[in-house]
Amino acid sequence: MGSVKRVVLDVLKPHQPSAIEFSQAIAKVGVDYQVRLSVIEMDENTETLLIDIRGNAIDFDAIQSVISSMGGSLHSIDEVEVHSDEHAG
Amino acid sequence: MSLISQIRLLLRITHSNDIVRRYFVVNGFDGALTMLGLVIGFLVSAPVETGLIINACLGAAIALGMSGVSSAYISESAERKLALLKLEEAMSSDLRESVHGEAARWMPLVIALVNGLAPLVISLIIMIPLWLANMGIALPVPPLYASILVALLLTFLLGVFLGRIAGTSWLRSGVQTLLVAMLTATLIYLFAGH
Repeated sequence: MGSVKRVVLDVLKPHQPSAIEFSQAIAKVGVDYQVRLSVIEMDENTETLLIDIRGNAIDFDAIQSVISSMGGSLHSIDEVEVHSDEHAG
Repeated sequence: MSLISQIRLLLRITHSNDIVRRYFVVNGFDGALTMLGLVIGFLVSAPVETGLIINACLGAAIALGMSGVSSAYISESAERKLALLKLEEAMSSDLRESVHGEAARWMPLVIALVNGLAPLVISLIIMIPLWLANMGIALPVPPLYASILVALLLTFLLGVFLGRIAGTSWLRSGVQTLLVAMLTATLIYLFAGH
């Protein structure tokens, strides 16, 4: 199967929770996750984000669940980096 | 996430901190002035036993608490449902299972509890001298006067609290609310005492 090392997600979220709280909630999903969040667009009630997540073995379902629980909506997966188990090992 | 952290998050995302604070002060003030009115009313009336005064004050305190809880819950529930609906429209998604859905369910309850508990707790504190006297504990001043002093002190402290929030002089703010309480006491004395 291989391990997911990096994903870049296009996410729409309400203004609250803040971008910092949003990033922290995603980072808490894994022990070694690095999250970089960029606000691409903002309107009266929502903001569009580009979230770059790096980790040794990213649990995508758990990340999706956190995004939903924080009120966000995943629009697309813009980039993915997967290493085969042999490469990872 | 602990319950306290969860409540803090919900307060933050709904910007409810200021609403909770406002309800606490407004209804706490209601409780203090209502008890002040009742106690002064008893003071200027024919003497009655302390147990009767306690029952009257307790009845008013419970009614204030229930009124605070129910009115805030009904109005805040409607406001939160509307806010959630607007956000769901903007997001084009169902947010019932998100923190925003949780906020719409729990924030009315938290705000209602603050709104109801503020006048109830403040009223119960004002009644402490009456309870002590009823238990036979000697007080340095008669119990009704002691309750009036406690009520004035609490209104002063509510003013201090407001002053600190506003970042203005706590003393000035405390004196302002104290003057309102003293004016209330004077009006009650003038109208009920004659």
